[in-house]
Amino acid sequence: MRPILPVLLAASLTAGCSLVGGSSDEAASDRPDGPTPDEVVLVTHESFSLPKPLVRQFERESGFDLEIRPAGDAGALTTKLALTSDNPTGDVAFGVDNTFASRALDEGVFADLDVDLPEGAGDFVVPADGGERMAPVDHGHVCVNVDVTWFEERGLTPPTSLDDLTDPAYEGLFVTPSALSSSPGLAFLMTTVAAYGEAWPDYWRELLGNGTKVVDGWSDAYYTDFTQGGGDGSRPVVLSYDSSPAFTVPKGTDTSTTRALLDTCFRQVEYAGVLAGADNPEGGRALVEFLLGEDVQAALPESMYVFPVRDGVDLPPAWAEHAEQPEDPFTLDPAEIAAEREGWLEQWRDLATG
Amino acid sequence: MTRRLLGLTALALVPLLVLTAFFVVPVSGMVARGFWPEGSFDPGGVLEVLTRSRTLRVLGFTLWSAAAGTAGSVLLGLPAAYALHRTAFPLRRFLRAALLVPFVLPTVVVGVAFRQLLGEGGPLGGLGLDGTPAAIVLGLVFFNVAVVIRVVGSAWEALDRRAEQAAATLGATPVHVFRTVTLPRLRPAIVSAASVVFLFCATAFGIVLTLGGTRYATVETEIYLLTVQLFDLPGAAALSVLQLAVVVGLLLAARRARTTVPVVRSPSTPRRLRRSDLLPAVVTVLLLGYVALPVAALVLGSLRVDDTWSLANYRALATTGDRQALPVPVTEALLNSLRTAVDATWLALLVGVLVAVVATRRSRSRAERRVRGLLDGLFMLPLGVSAVTLGFGLLITLDSPPLDLRDHPLLVPLAQALVALPLVVRVLVPVLAGVDDRQRQAAASLGAGPLRTLATVDLPVLWKPLLAGAGFAFAVSLGEFGATSFLAREEFPTMPIVIFRLLGHPGAMNYGMALAASVVLAAATAAVMLAVDRLRVSSVGAF
Repeated sequence: MRPILPVLLAASLTAGCSLVGGSSDEAASDRPDGPTPDEVVLVTHESFSLPKPLVRQFERESGFDLEIRPAGDAGALTTKLALTSDNPTGDVAFGVDNTFASRALDEGVFADLDVDLPEGAGDFVVPADGGERMAPVDHGHVCVNVDVTWFEERGLTPPTSLDDLTDPAYEGLFVTPSALSSSPGLAFLMTTVAAYGEAWPDYWRELLGNGTKVVDGWSDAYYTDFTQGGGDGSRPVVLSYDSSPAFTVPKGTDTSTTRALLDTCFRQVEYAGVLAGADNPEGGRALVEFLLGEDVQAALPESMYVFPVRDGVDLPPAWAEHAEQPEDPFTLDPAEIAAEREGWLEQWRDLATG
Repeated sequence: MTRRLLGLTALALVPLLVLTAFFVVPVSGMVARGFWPEGSFDPGGVLEVLTRSRTLRVLGFTLWSAAAGTAGSVLLGLPAAYALHRTAFPLRRFLRAALLVPFVLPTVVVGVAFRQLLGEGGPLGGLGLDGTPAAIVLGLVFFNVAVVIRVVGSAWEALDRRAEQAAATLGATPVHVFRTVTLPRLRPAIVSAASVVFLFCATAFGIVLTLGGTRYATVETEIYLLTVQLFDLPGAAALSVLQLAVVVGLLLAARRARTTVPVVRSPSTPRRLRRSDLLPAVVTVLLLGYVALPVAALVLGSLRVDDTWSLANYRALATTGDRQALPVPVTEALLNSLRTAVDATWLALLVGVLVAVVATRRSRSRAERRVRGLLDGLFMLPLGVSAVTLGFGLLITLDSPPLDLRDHPLLVPLAQALVALPLVVRVLVPVLAGVDDRQRQAAASLGAGPLRTLATVDLPVLWKPLLAGAGFAFAVSLGEFGATSFLAREEFPTMPIVIFRLLGHPGAMNYGMALAASVVLAAATAAVMLAVDRLRVSSVGAF
């Protein structure tokens, strides 16, 4: 019989701890679980981040509580929205980008928006939609980045164009995330489609033949293989973003150790919209308007490393200096992406993964 | 007999309901989307996928890599289980706990650590393993060897030594004793552990993506690709069904191999290392090195800031990261993780004990035995299903009353409990099966009710494995990423979620914080496992 005592003890201990867990559940259910008209539920991707003061500002101004529910990356988010289009898990979605826009539109994810876009945002709408259902909120670019110091130390000239990456002089220096598992990787595939048209598979054959390394995701490429990623990487050329150089300014200096190649950039735009069948469409609309407002637009660079779509918003000083934007980035019509994506990915898969 | 079956059903009811609501319904909901693409039955898309040559390649690689990972885990795990559970030497308990740490490290982090070792610029870059199938297998063994050590180790510890001693006295060599006496009695535990490890390997996601350089696709990564990138639901459904079929086949095969030899339990105290223990000792030391290398890479990395030694990354854990990469500080995420793990643990234990009891009571008829066997196997299935299928399935099926649970706070611990459940069951079943039913009958004939029988006959034996199971469940919950990333709420992220987020945000400080957070998670896990081990010491006297 003696062992029963410790068992009971352990059981009661566990129960005690789970009460702690219970208290966190309680805190969560202070608000009812089902969406009520007092709250706006934002479905988004895991990179979404809005400074707390702005969240509070929205709650104060609109009178709604804001609840944020992240789910995976842009692709997983779009899949989630498409799967739940009959019975959405929130009122607003943010983070579907131009490479996934058509899927969201085709699946009837978004309701009519009825929001006036700010000055400047018109340049970023999905052509087929015209800003009726999906409001552009931010944009950024996927660009090839180079480690400037690496090339300086060796007295070499860094590459500047997509063509340079296939030059034997730069053999074995480039690392990129896979188009199959990473959204910047997919954007880079589209860069090459936009740049070379039908001949893009030939370009990729040359690129891979020149020792390009393909890894799983952006963090894998940047932190493990790139020479400026903090690890012991050995490749000085990496696929990243136009904003990345703003993050590689060593303390006490004002020059970045990396540079984005502005002739290799693909434009990514992120959209927000009110979900069809939302419980609180009115609150949803208020949130979309808030995301397009000056305060959020000004906070976007610091909190999500992207540029505002609104004209006349001041950028943070480090950005104005180090995060130079391409003037003429590559773009593709989302309708073309929707029609061709699967074919491109399959072709790319055969090329890159053998 | 009918009454017995009714009793059986009543006991099985809770676990079955849980499994149905949180596994069967979601998975079939997702698979149904593939078979009914436009609302009407159209299996054409599904069949088309099954005939692609790529599907066969993907399946082949999945089976091959899982088999290699399992073989490696068993080959390295057996000697280590012996050394760590049957012999005594200083730091034994600490090493036992330390070897469990890899099992719960988030794969994203281990991927980064492994690639820093194996990559072109890394200390082991010369081996040329980066992006090869060998790297994937190394990663799989790294994660899963702990399962073999724990499951086989606990069984080994409890083996009666007298049979071995008798054989040795009769002149059998140690190898001969092991082959003819020890191995047959360990077989149920080994087969148990191996089948769990195989399922873990076959459904590994992050490690295949990270270490294979995306060149090698497994069924699991292919389902993700088809669902998320291509929105090819018929394709994903086809692969999910294929995966389930393979898993069921394997479980049936494992059942056959796991011929139950009653475990005669006698408390055996570990003895000092002898010269004849040289081989297991050497293997264990090698294994420690193998496990320690990536962990050491993590620890060293977390202590470097701007090329100097510093604790700044650890101090930063009280913040939300560079430019607010996180919704809450890492310290708060650690608390969330611990609370979630407590809930997941008691859920897994509750259901696990019920399943184990139902599955191991002596069956009176062939039909009854079949039913029990089926139940036992049923709860292994969640291991063999893609987290993507389950995660999206939960979203589309639990969306209306009475089960509108998509955003319920208990959903995360529940999903984690389902992931941990097979482990708990596999730890408990061999032990309960080893209890001689005559003891229960004796207790009953002396007037003990079922509860009292459970308390006096089963609990004393179950007590150790129960704690081991609890530790396992807790550890699994701490490190679980796949299902959690689908279901966690913004305000309540767990440690693996914040680590993943930090790794996804640029900035040296965020990277350093991700490494530091991983070290903290690993340390927390080691502490939990160590505590479980300590508890077991105090309980020894009660036997």
